[in-house]
Amino acid sequence: MIETILSNIALIIGTTLMYSTPLIYTSLGGVLSENSGVINIGLEGMMVIGAFAGAAIGYFVGDPWIAFIGAGIAGGLFGLLHAFACVTFGANQVVSGIAINFLGAGIALFLSRMFFEGATMTKSIPLDNKMPRPLNGVFPDGSLLNIIFDNQYATVYLALLMVLIIWFFMYKTKYGLRLRSVGEHPTAADTLGINVMRIRYLSVIMSGVFAGFGGAAMSLAIVSNFRPTLVSGHGFIALAAMIFGKWKPQGALLACLLFGGAQGLAVFLGQFDFEISTQLISMLPYVITIVVLIGFVGKSAAPSADGIPYEKEHKY
Amino acid sequence: MFKRIITIFVLVLFVLSVISCGQAKKESGIKIAMVTDVGGINDQSFNQSAWEGLKRAEKEFALSVDYLESTQDADYAPNMETLLDAGNNLIWGIGFKMGDTLKEKALENPDQNYAIIDYAYGEETPANVVGVVFKEQEPSFLVGYIAGKMTKTNKVGFVGGMKFPLIEKFEYGFKAGVKLANPDAEILAQYADSFTDAAKGKAIANQMYGKDADIVYHAAGGVGDGVIEASKEQDKFAIGVDRDQNSLAPEHVITSAMKRVDNAIFNVAELLVKGEFPGGTTVVYGLKEGGVGIAPTSYKLVPAEILEEVEGLSAKIISGEIVVPSTPDTFAEWMK
Repeated sequence: MIETILSNIALIIGTTLMYSTPLIYTSLGGVLSENSGVINIGLEGMMVIGAFAGAAIGYFVGDPWIAFIGAGIAGGLFGLLHAFACVTFGANQVVSGIAINFLGAGIALFLSRMFFEGATMTKSIPLDNKMPRPLNGVFPDGSLLNIIFDNQYATVYLALLMVLIIWFFMYKTKYGLRLRSVGEHPTAADTLGINVMRIRYLSVIMSGVFAGFGGAAMSLAIVSNFRPTLVSGHGFIALAAMIFGKWKPQGALLACLLFGGAQGLAVFLGQFDFEISTQLISMLPYVITIVVLIGFVGKSAAPSADGIPYEKEHKY
Repeated sequence: MFKRIITIFVLVLFVLSVISCGQAKKESGIKIAMVTDVGGINDQSFNQSAWEGLKRAEKEFALSVDYLESTQDADYAPNMETLLDAGNNLIWGIGFKMGDTLKEKALENPDQNYAIIDYAYGEETPANVVGVVFKEQEPSFLVGYIAGKMTKTNKVGFVGGMKFPLIEKFEYGFKAGVKLANPDAEILAQYADSFTDAAKGKAIANQMYGKDADIVYHAAGGVGDGVIEASKEQDKFAIGVDRDQNSLAPEHVITSAMKRVDNAIFNVAELLVKGEFPGGTTVVYGLKEGGVGIAPTSYKLVPAEILEEVEGLSAKIISGEIVVPSTPDTFAEWMK
């Protein structure tokens, strides 16, 4: 009895890790961009282009790491576009983000048709050319650790490592301090000789890179091909997780894990024949997220200059 | 400067879109066109299949055919208007999402013939509309039989997209097939409440494989990608849907329950050419009409003797000896 309960819990934890991974990368992207003062609701579009680039490069080149980096570059290019509009031209950041979401989906579709004989779905990548699964077969068959870590891809562990790296970068290095200062008070940062434009550019580009990683974590690990509906709303959930996590990498991680965990719970509960409809169970992740948000997290405040284009002459 | 670039860009787009619409017309007289749903013409699913059917009809009956793609639900109505103005003899709406729009247009233009895939208006079918639906339970029954015969653990799974009558046809057809082949088999069934969330499909499939199921059938669109991926990772079997999905995992997708939208479209075109367009009715395509079937690649992983038995079952379904259940009630009756 206890064994069954434990193995079910292990299964839920496994699902949690799998489910949260793309969200973690993407919300880290959000953290970088927004802490430098640029709202990025284009995460979804950047994820889509990353997912496509990962699947396509992975299929043609056959090396998952080249594909993963390629996905980051593809996302980064969209980040560059967003930075170009928002930082250089001071465009409305929300509008630019929406445009990126449309553009990402459109270009992914267009390229897919170009490279895959008109198909909107890329061809499947063989298991051996996908991301490695480092802990496969390490733990004995049937053990709880095996249930959790069996078939978890390298992207999962890399995501956790990235959270640590970004946290260290933001709070323990001078560059991180500069990034945050630019997001809190760009004028003050500017008077101290920090190049606001350059930091915002780099942050938004990196934000695209991470969102691209997030997309690739889906198309190179969770499945092995891209289709237009593969990324459907994950970018927005990652965005919400970032806000929910108070614009901090560690907060975003917890929020993504909470969402993934709730999803795992929904999958677990979905197997039973309850009298309540499965749709209600499927609402769980969203309901839990909202309840935790209003009940436990408290007020979350964005970086004070988030969303405000910086101009040198502007008076605050 | 920027304004000028944008103006030029928009103009170029406009010209391109006009060019792409104006496809060459042939002299045969009869014109048929279709509006795809948001999947687009190369979705490797029913839209593509529909277009293949139209192309086949074009060759066979010297028709003139055309299509318009929809990128969002709001495109359906304008696309139908465009095809109406182009003077088509028949306008197809591909997919149940177009149901309301198509009916509205059909009532506005009573002289224009319309047809729709996966939608039955029943008693309220306008006289100029044909609804085309499929007996999805029949191929599901056949793949269920294969699963029942091939399972070594006596446990198989079904992953559905969303729980509504169309997907339930897949579920209960499958269950009936499994039970016929192997009355002791246990069937796990779960719905993902999504047609896109591949990660959820994978999680559900992992759970089923973890509980010792060795074959999982999905009727869940993009969610199924996750199911098939899980079968690959765990070295178990999966069954595909709508089209032959063996190419996604050649060693793990043992068969697929196929919906031959192309055959249905071709068939209706033939009726139209003969002047027997069945307006005002709902046409049902099952095994008998060649509207559904199992994947031609099934021989690769399914033993020949099982396929022979399936052949026999299929003949019994066609002759009406077996009526495959498609709802919870008919399934309960079947089990007796």
